[in-house]
Formats: sequence, C-alpha cells, structure tokens
Amino acid sequence: MPIRWKNYKVAGFYDELIQHANRPRGWARPLCRFFSSLKDEDLRERQTASELAIRSMGITFTVYSDDESGSIDRAWPFDIIPRPIRKDEWDGIERGLEQRVRALNLFIDDLYHGQKIVKDKVVPAELLVDSKNFRPQCVGVNPPQKVWAHVCGSDLIRGKDGTIYVLEDNLRVPSGVSYMLENRLVMKRVFPELFDHYSIEPVDDYPTRLYECLASLSPRRRESPEIAVLTPGICNSAYFEHAYLAQRMGAELVEGPDLNVGKDNCVYMRTIGGLERVDVIYRRVDDLFLDPEVFQPDSMLGVPGLMRAWQNGKVALANAPGAGVADDKVIYAFVPKVIKYYLDEDPLIPNVLTYLCINKQERNHVLANLDKMVVKAANESGGYGMLVGPQSTAKERAAFKRLICKDPRNYIAQPLITLSTTPTLVDDHAEPRHLDLRPFILSGQETYVTTGGLTRVALRKGSTVVNSSQGGGSKDTWIIDTGGS
Amino acid sequence: MLSRVAERIYWMARYLERAENTARLINVNAHLLLDLPKKLPLGWRPLIDISGYGKLFDDLYPEPSERNVTRFLVADNRNPSSLLLSLNNARDNARAIRDIIPREGWEVINALYLDTKASLPMGLAQKRRFEFLHAIIGRVEQMTGLLAGTMLRNAGYNFLRMGRNLERADMTTRIVDVRSESLLPQEPEELLPFENIQWMSVLQSLSGYQSYSQKIQGPVRRRNVVRFLLQDPEFPRTFLYCVGQVKQCLRDLPHKRDAVKLIDRTLRSIRRARLEEMDKDGLHKYIDKLQLRLARLDGVITGTYFAL
Repeated sequence: MPIRWKNYKVAGFYDELIQHANRPRGWARPLCRFFSSLKDEDLRERQTASELAIRSMGITFTVYSDDESGSIDRAWPFDIIPRPIRKDEWDGIERGLEQRVRALNLFIDDLYHGQKIVKDKVVPAELLVDSKNFRPQCVGVNPPQKVWAHVCGSDLIRGKDGTIYVLEDNLRVPSGVSYMLENRLVMKRVFPELFDHYSIEPVDDYPTRLYECLASLSPRRRESPEIAVLTPGICNSAYFEHAYLAQRMGAELVEGPDLNVGKDNCVYMRTIGGLERVDVIYRRVDDLFLDPEVFQPDSMLGVPGLMRAWQNGKVALANAPGAGVADDKVIYAFVPKVIKYYLDEDPLIPNVLTYLCINKQERNHVLANLDKMVVKAANESGGYGMLVGPQSTAKERAAFKRLICKDPRNYIAQPLITLSTTPTLVDDHAEPRHLDLRPFILSGQETYVTTGGLTRVALRKGSTVVNSSQGGGSKDTWIIDTGGS
Repeated sequence: MLSRVAERIYWMARYLERAENTARLINVNAHLLLDLPKKLPLGWRPLIDISGYGKLFDDLYPEPSERNVTRFLVADNRNPSSLLLSLNNARDNARAIRDIIPREGWEVINALYLDTKASLPMGLAQKRRFEFLHAIIGRVEQMTGLLAGTMLRNAGYNFLRMGRNLERADMTTRIVDVRSESLLPQEPEELLPFENIQWMSVLQSLSGYQSYSQKIQGPVRRRNVVRFLLQDPEFPRTFLYCVGQVKQCLRDLPHKRDAVKLIDRTLRSIRRARLEEMDKDGLHKYIDKLQLRLARLDGVITGTYFAL
C-alpha cells in the first residue's frame, strides 16, 4: 500500500512535516502529496535507485570490525523523504549560529591569552584547570584573524514546542558535511521532479567557501596558497569526507608521513619533484596526534615539529590546536553567558536546560532526580560516560551518584530531551523517526553557514541515537523559500 | 604531486592491468584447449607458471585441473596476484587517491570489485565463465578509456601509464616465456599442424592476432610471434612498445636521468636481439634478462619518486 498520511501517527513529539494524522503542515503539502501519489513499486524503485546511486558513487563510511578484513566500508544509509526547513526560520537559525561561533572564538582566544572572562568570574577558573582539552602549548599563540574554530559543527534539535536548541558544539574535527553534499546529489538523481515543486536553496558552494576560508589564513600572501587536508588515513571513519573535500577544493590530501617540518620551521610535502612548502593545513587529526614531539610521542598520524611551525606562524592549522577547549560539555552550559559577555547580546538560539554538578544546588537537584535525567561526562562523546536516567537500573544510578560526588566538575545533567520526528520510509510506509541537524559554520576572514546541514535520523523506532555507526541514517535537508507563509 | 599519490596511481594501474591480463589468459586458454587433441599435455598448468606462483599452487591444490587453476587465478585470496585480489588492490589504491582520479573512475573501479566479488563463485562455473571474464576485461578497458578521456595530462597520468606499461611488458614476457617453453612441439612432425593454433591463441590472449596478421603474412609460427610480441614497435602490448612508452612518460618528470638511462640500454638490447636465432634455452635466458630489467626499472622509479 502506498504512503497514506492518515495512517501516520504523530506520537506526542513535534513532527517536522505532519501536524497530526492526515494534516501536513501547509508548506509541506506538495511534498506529502507527492509521496502519497507514488505507487508501491514506484516507491521501491526510487529507494533502490537511491541505494544504487550511493553504492556506485562510493558514498561510504568506515566501520571497524574484528574479522580479517579489518575495517569495512558500509554504504551510507539514506532516507529518501527529505527534511525541509522554511527559509524564514532558517535565516534566524543562521544568525544565531554566527553569533554563537563568533562568541566561542573570542572565548577561546581569551582563554589562551588574558583569561579576562575568568578574572571577571563569569567562568570559574577550576573548569579550565581540569579541562582535558585545554592545551598549555597554545597559550599566547595568535592564529590568523584570531580565529581558532574555523570549522564548527553544531548539533541542533527541536523540542516539543517546536523551539530549536543547540545540543552541542563540535569544535575539534566535526565531520558529516560531505554527506550533506552527497545527499543532495542522490536526491537530484532520484527525484528530479521534486525540485520543480519547491524552490530549494543550493548547498554545493560549501567546498568553495571552505577553500576561501582556509586560503584567508595563509601566512604567505600568494594568489593560490598551498592548502593540504591532513587525514589520519584510509581507515578513519571519515576518510571518505577528507578525500572528498580535498578533491572538491583542489587541495592536496596528505597523511602525516607526507609532511616534514624543516629547520626553518616551515612545513613541506614530499612530492615527486622534491619538497614543497605548505601554507594551510585543514587537519582532520585530533590535537593529541598532531605532533609526536609535543603530544602523543608514538603518534604515527602526526608530523614531528608541526606545533613549532604553527606557533611560529609558518603554517596555519584549521581548526587551531586547543580549540576543543570550548566544546567541553561543561563549558557548553556557559555558552549563553559567554555570548552575553563578549558580544553583549542575548543568545538567538537557546541551549538545552543544563544542570552543572559543580554547583551544589544544581548537583543536589540532579542527584535527587537521577531517574529523570541524562547525565554526561564533560569530555566523552559517542555515548560513553553517559547515564540515561529513565532507562537506567538502580545500580547504575548509584554508580553515577558516586562518580558525580567524586568529580562534580566533570558532569552535567539534562532533562531527557524530546527530539522532534519526521516521516521516514519504513518498508512501504512512512513512520515518525527522531532526528537532529548538524549545520557547519566557517570562520575565517568571513563567516559562512551551510544552507541547512546534515540531517541525521535514528532509523530504529523510538531511538534517539542518530550516529551512523549505531543505526542512524540521513536525509537531504532542504531550505525552502515558502514566500513567508 | 605527492610521492605517495604517484605511487598509488602507479599501482592502481598495475593491478588493473594485472586483473585484465589474468582474465584474458584464462579465456584464451579455455578456447585453445577446445581446439587441441586430448593427448597434448598442455592443459591448465602453463597459466600457473605464467603467474609465477607454481610452488604456492602446488602447496594448495592437488592437481592443475581446470577448476583448481581458474579458482586459484581468479578467486583465491592466498594467491597474491589473483584477479579478485588485484581488483581489490586496485580499488584500495584508487580509494586512497579518489581526490586525484576522476570521480567516475572511482565509481567504475569500486563497482567492478564489488560486482566481481558478488558474482563469484557463480562466475567461475564453466558455462558462465567466458562471459564473466569477458565482462571484466571490458570494464577494465572502460576504465582505461575513461581515465584517458578525463584525467589531467599531468604527472599523475604519466605514473598511470608507466604502471600500466610496465605491467603489460611484464605480462607479455611471461606469456612468451612460458608458451615457448610449453608449446614447443615435442614431436614436430606430428604436432606441426597445431603449432599454428597454439601461437594464434597466444596472440589472441593479447588481442594481437589481427594486428599480427596485418603485418606478417603466412602461417603463425613461433619465430614470428616471438619477434612480433617482443620487438614490434607499433603494437601497443609488445615489450619494445611498452618500455618505449615508459620512456615517453618520463619526459616531463623531474630527476629522470637514471630511469631513462636504464630504458635506453634496454631498448638498444631488444632492438638488436636476434630472437629468431635463439633456441628454447637461449630465449628463456634472454627473457629472464628482460624481466630483470623491468624489475630494476620498477626499483629506480620507486627510489626516485616514491621513497623520498
């Protein structure tokens, strides 16, 4: 049976497309009509065509496995029903993201210089002392344009009342943007006629913008600076993206052993003609692996002397080392204050309500309500060091209680967040699935926000885990001009 | 161009060429055997010898039957040169440089490996095998054409062509070597009528029969075929031609002196060689020398451009 919107059950969450059964939001009607007009075999055909496109385009992500093959490439899971966002709403989000990243960059620069914000007691000093991502090696360094987080990926979610919140900021090596670009290509291949119904903003100038952003950081003033994308290599889960971006920018895709820091503190690539100087490195290698002379001495991914080259201004690194200090989950709770402090503006996009265990009053509230909270450790990601209260056992809660009391600085808690849902194809019909959105913000000489971003969707019923490694999929994200309706 | 990238391109081309050549060898051998009297002891063993992994094969399989040989050459991952492994290696190399080769190139190579893997072992069933291998040859050729039609004519393209031509030259010498060994009739009188078709099959495995006929009239004889495959300056799979191509590729590359010197010596040698006067042993020794030269050339290229 084809998709019937009257059978679509909006289950107590905000749904992106459907107000309630059989009532698509006004601007979503043409889209919903289109999908319900597709016959079963047509729907299946399109689904197959999208899978084929993904397979033949080689859009993959890498998953580690224990068998002899080592890591394997999985085809990128893609849902064919797009996720539209109205342009008038998006314009507001875009301004909010720009504001947020501007403040975060001022914050990071302050942390590595005068620490005015600490002296003014807006952010407590002990947060920095204990921060795993604060790098003493970065103190006093002046990266070009005073920007540290050149590429930021902020995760947005929509709550029950339709409000958009920032769930977290990724300031180290955020990934996913290539899938955003590829999803659009797949969609154009498989549903060309849909693009007649809507005026959809293009997404594909991102690589150009990224190039311009990186070029604006070059220490040498030349017409076309030498830009390299530094990847950990083919086994990295985001390798596809590293190669993709390098190709689209016309930059060299390099691995640690391709680079070499000379006695003059400049960075050189090994080429068939000999050594060639590099001006800007878009590095997709974590801080601690960047330079074995300074960080992990056994890192094979990094380049000995790279930090020295960066500190001396001979090469630009994006993102700058140490930028991760601001994507600590505890720091997150302070971002609204950070925005106010540096910009004297109110945040345009709110944070999710967050309790800081470092504050006694909030800690007591958290401990008393552990069964209703999601507790997160400051520097963990990917679901580690996390307690989901409503699904936890008494034993787990007791364990977390001990952890929190022992190291309160390291923990935050949030009420269980209700992610919005969106129609997602399940066999031959549509069901609501939870989703988030990761837009990317570029900061160099200018600021740029992707049109939309990467929509990630939890393909398992009821799940809110959107990571592709854990059963998440993705959708093409449309910013549509509805003429203000 | 990064040294690592140049190396990847070079090996991608080599592995693709190797896969194609393996497919060619099997198909032609199958056709040849159909034409030969049963008492001729040729069978499938020579293909194993051409691959250079005779000992490995003997360790793994009881006998060089059609089934065992084709499985070893196509699908057995324990054979470092198996067709499937070659495609996989080509794909790994291509993936590592997908920012360099045209996107469609990656798509073809990726699909080629995945499809080939998916159609095994069905593709090896005797009645399907020809189509299966034929399709692989066609798709590698498609890849070659696609790269020729879309790749920037820069250093990368030169490394691609160097890899392909070195692999081709290597395969041509292997085929000539093994075939002249095994195809030389033990009892010339009796088997003479078959010499013709045996050497035709050698030419066919290199898609060279037509070209050969255009240049050389009369029955297909060992002497002429060997000279044609090693010394012809116009057919693009001969030793002379392929090595000459490598020299051409080096023209615009830096630091090429050592490689060019070695090539010039090799070209002088092959042009002057009096192949028609060599007996079985002489030819075998001479081909050994050519293969050694190819290995050294590979070493010089690696040393100059890849291992900085």
